[in-house]
Amino acid sequence: MRRLLYVLPAVLVAALAFTFAIGLRDRDPSALPSALIDRPLPALDLPAVEGVDLPGWQTADLHGEVMLVNVFASWCPPCRVEHPVLTRLTEVHGVPLIGVNYKDAPEAAAAFLVELGNPYRKIGGDFEGRAGLELGISGVPETFIVDADGHIRFRHAGPVLPEHVEQVFLPLLRELRG
Amino acid sequence: MIPELAHLALVIAFGVALVQSTLPLAGAARNDAGLIGLASSAAWAQFVLLTFSFGALVHLYMVSDFSILNVYQNSHDSKPMLYKITGTWGNHEGSLLLWVWVLTLFGAALAAFGKSMPATFKARVLAVQGMVTVAFIAFTLFTSNPFERLDPAPLEGTGLNPLLQDPGLAFHPPMLYIGYVGFSITFAFAVAALIEGRVDPSWARWIRPWVLIAWSSLTLGIALGSYWAYYELGWGGWWFWDPVENASFLPWLAGTALLHSIIVVEKRDSLKSWTILLAIFTFGFSLLGTFLVRSGVLTSVHAFAVDPDRGMFILLILAVALVGPLLLFAWRAPQMRASGAFQPISREGALIMNNLLLAAATGVVLLGTLYPLFLELVTGEKISVGPPFFNATFIPLMVPLLLILPIGTLLAWKRGDLRRSLRLMSLAAVAAIALALVAAFTDPRSTIVTALGFALAGWLFGGAVMDLLQRAGIGRSSWARLPARLVSLPGSAYAAAVAHTGVAVTVIGITASSAWQTEVITSMGYGDSQRVAGYNVTLAHVGPVQGPNWIANEGTFEVERDGRHIATLTSDRRHYPVEGTSTTEVGITSNLWRDVYVVIGEQTGDGLYVVRLYHNPLVVWIWLGTLLMAVAAVVSMADRRFRVGAPEPKRAKAAAAPAAPAPQAGS
Repeated sequence: MRRLLYVLPAVLVAALAFTFAIGLRDRDPSALPSALIDRPLPALDLPAVEGVDLPGWQTADLHGEVMLVNVFASWCPPCRVEHPVLTRLTEVHGVPLIGVNYKDAPEAAAAFLVELGNPYRKIGGDFEGRAGLELGISGVPETFIVDADGHIRFRHAGPVLPEHVEQVFLPLLRELRG
Repeated sequence: MIPELAHLALVIAFGVALVQSTLPLAGAARNDAGLIGLASSAAWAQFVLLTFSFGALVHLYMVSDFSILNVYQNSHDSKPMLYKITGTWGNHEGSLLLWVWVLTLFGAALAAFGKSMPATFKARVLAVQGMVTVAFIAFTLFTSNPFERLDPAPLEGTGLNPLLQDPGLAFHPPMLYIGYVGFSITFAFAVAALIEGRVDPSWARWIRPWVLIAWSSLTLGIALGSYWAYYELGWGGWWFWDPVENASFLPWLAGTALLHSIIVVEKRDSLKSWTILLAIFTFGFSLLGTFLVRSGVLTSVHAFAVDPDRGMFILLILAVALVGPLLLFAWRAPQMRASGAFQPISREGALIMNNLLLAAATGVVLLGTLYPLFLELVTGEKISVGPPFFNATFIPLMVPLLLILPIGTLLAWKRGDLRRSLRLMSLAAVAAIALALVAAFTDPRSTIVTALGFALAGWLFGGAVMDLLQRAGIGRSSWARLPARLVSLPGSAYAAAVAHTGVAVTVIGITASSAWQTEVITSMGYGDSQRVAGYNVTLAHVGPVQGPNWIANEGTFEVERDGRHIATLTSDRRHYPVEGTSTTEVGITSNLWRDVYVVIGEQTGDGLYVVRLYHNPLVVWIWLGTLLMAVAAVVSMADRRFRVGAPEPKRAKAAAAPAAPAPQAGS
């Protein structure tokens, strides 16, 4: 019995490493497959975030233009990292950016946008995470490219970094905009 | 030519490391002096080769050689020289090469300074260290070659993440790596002891300086990272329980436990298998941190480029480095017997409590860090375990730890007198109550928790003073001789007192800055003033500023108090055109009592600027305390019993007891 106790650390570590190994297999977090690719954006109806000077939105309003739908929160450090990149996408490349403010406190979200600037056209508050569930997100931030017909064409998990913009976003946006 | 030579040096170092990790083991088993001596020569050779290799990479960054893929991706020409150099380790490949270089640095240091150990034991330690080096050079060569060429060479690089273009980056990662990698040496000591099946007080004495240097570097590395987050990220906070912060905190907690448990091994020849386990796991947590940051399991400010292959490779290193020694442990540990009886009310009893609480704290942080990852792997659901979890679990473990700490330092080895310790602590209790009252009446926002935090700090500080006085023989000899006795106390006694005072200082910093922080978010135009906690902050001017590789909108603020000018602060919103991103530069005026912290934001529609102002009382105490802890570890290393070569346990004990009470280091 005592002997068994001494073996326990080795067993625990082996189990831990095994679990990680399974989790790592076929994993590329920035290109997670999404069940929603080439499917219409789920029907969402999100209210405006209190204190933010932008309207909320409904999926029905969004048709007719290629756009980015970005799930973000003020409590998420990577969202700060991607914020200037998204801002640049909207300013330089003129892509409309639609926000989903995920499980956030309205005043914190407002302060976040005041501090870093507000590149969004509309922001819907998803206080309970229902929209996140509908969109099938695996974390925050996550960004979807939605085409003019309202179909999700690409999903990016994690912060959008300059290399993603160059390698993935701009080519796809160019293609979708014709 | 240089990159090819540097790459070649790395390949040769790999071969040398293979030799170092095998032949000396055989030599030690057969008592072959030639093969044993090979270990030290191999360690030196690797250090020279890696110094060349890493130096070459730094050089390539300095001259902006964009024919090297790594340089092209992470640097550009118009950056200040300092950031060209520090940019070398601001990316995955370069930081890995730095990591390997530090590994060989420790190998060479052990070859140079480990003279008091038996040659066979030293050869075994170096061999295990060699295995770690083999693994990491292989990782570099096969998945992350920093010398990969790019043809044709671009004219300009793509730049370095502006958040990393900060003097903090010069020191934060190297200190952290010295800490992480330093624990590879203590790991090697533990594994070598398992191979020999022998853990005794001399082993504890050999390993202790290495634990101290690794621990103090890690302490400084974490503190620098936290200070960097405080002034560079501009959120006014200094610790976020971010998984990557936790990843560096785990080896620190385990290392702190190790630091204390080896004292028990040294003084009482017990707690051996636990100490071995701690040494293995402390390095294991260092590897876990590397894995979490570099595998793409986490998304974080710290995360490097995502590559599942790399993740798998580190996971493999992690699994082999832990499971192998732990199996050896399962075989050897049951034979490790403690000598002498054990009494709960004793110094070692208190140190065991310390270890249990630190281990529990490590477990809590580990759980909070890994549980979301596991949940995601198993169910796909992503949850965020944030500060509320850690505050609710970690702090309740720290409070009893810090309460017991000073009482424990006043208990004697073997059989302590709890009554006497408590009597001595009554003076510390007065200090505790006094500080609690000060806290309660200084600020109306003080709560019971604030008062308790201050009381705890007073308790710790009082305990540290009483510890010194007791060791100097207060109450047992005349008052007149007290100063002389205090002066003649060994360095380790002062180290313990200074380190525990450091803890008290940090506790005050954390308590005050979280309870009494004032945050004001407001819109300001030219000449507008805003009051924050008694300070009057005026926006004097906003104008464009041109940096070497950025353009900024810079706000100038005048800070006054009661009509007296305190400081002129500037806060920028910098735009880096090469990288296409922006950062915020914070304006801080700092003294011992408070920081006034200014961040300028966007211009709003009506021409006003959004400004965030913070008043952070006593916030620098957090880092002053950690500095005291790190300095204390260095003081402890200078203690006589490590400088005097003491191969024989018995002689060493006699030599180490110049004053009446036995010197008891860093407990």
